[in-house]
Amino acid sequence: MKWLELWIAIAVMVLASSGGDVLTSSAMKRIGDLDELRARRGIFAVIGAVFSEKHFLLALACFTIGFFSLLTALSWGDLSLVAPASASLTFIVSAVMAKFFLKERVDHRRWISAVLVCVGVVLLAM
Amino acid sequence: MNVRKYLVLLAVMCFGSIGDALLSRGMKQLGPVNLHHWQEIIRPIGNPWILIGILCLTVFFASYLTALSFADLSYVLPATAFGYVLVTLIAKFLFHENVSLLRWLGVLLISCGVGWVTRGPALTEHPREAPAAMQKEQHEVA
Repeated sequence: MKWLELWIAIAVMVLASSGGDVLTSSAMKRIGDLDELRARRGIFAVIGAVFSEKHFLLALACFTIGFFSLLTALSWGDLSLVAPASASLTFIVSAVMAKFFLKERVDHRRWISAVLVCVGVVLLAM
Repeated sequence: MNVRKYLVLLAVMCFGSIGDALLSRGMKQLGPVNLHHWQEIIRPIGNPWILIGILCLTVFFASYLTALSFADLSYVLPATAFGYVLVTLIAKFLFHENVSLLRWLGVLLISCGVGWVTRGPALTEHPREAPAAMQKEQHEVA
C-alpha cells in the first residue's frame, strides 16, 4: 500500500503549498512593493514588515508542512513521479485558490497558461 | 513591469529549480525516511547537498516574496515553471544528457504557457479594496 501513502503525501504537499502561496500572496499585497520599500527604508524594514504579517506566519506553517511531506514523498517514491505530480497539480490548485480566495481575475489567458504548464511539467518527467 | 521586476522573476526561476535538484540529490543519498522514528526527519539537515539546497531555496523565497508583492499569484506561478525549462537546457547542453522528444514537447508547452501569461496584465485591479500604497503600482502596471 505504499502508493496510497505516497499519494496522500503528495496531496498534503499540494494543498499545503497552494495554501501557503495564497497566504503569502495576500500578505505581500498588503505590504506593497518590497523593492520600493527596501529602497525607501532599508532591508531590515522589509524583513520586519514581512515577519509581522499574520498571513505570512500562517504561510510559513503551511510551507513547513509542505516541505516535510515533500521530503517524505521523495523518500517513498521516485523524484520522476513526485516532482511532476506535485508541481503540476500545484499550478491548477493555486490558480483555483487564487480565483476564489484572492479574487484574482484568472482569465482565459491564465487558465490556458496554467494548463499548458501543468501538461508540460508532466511531459518533462517522461 | 520593468527590467528589475523581470530580473526578480528570473531569480525565482533559477534558484527554485537548482534548490529542488540539490534537495533530491541529498535525499537520494540518505535513503527512505522511516516514519516510525520521527526524530529521523531532522537528520537530512546535516547533509551538505541539503544545506546548499536550503540556501538556494532561501534566495528563491526572498525573490518569490518580492515577485508576489508586485504581481498576482496566478501570474507568478506559471512564470516560475520556466525553471524546469532552464534545468532541461542545462542537462542537455552542459551535462550532455539525453533529452527525449516528449521532454522537448514539455519544454515547448511550458515556454508557450509562460510566454502567454507574461504578455497579459501582471496584477488584478481591485479599485476599492486596494491599500493606498498600492494605487501607484497599479497605474504603472496598467
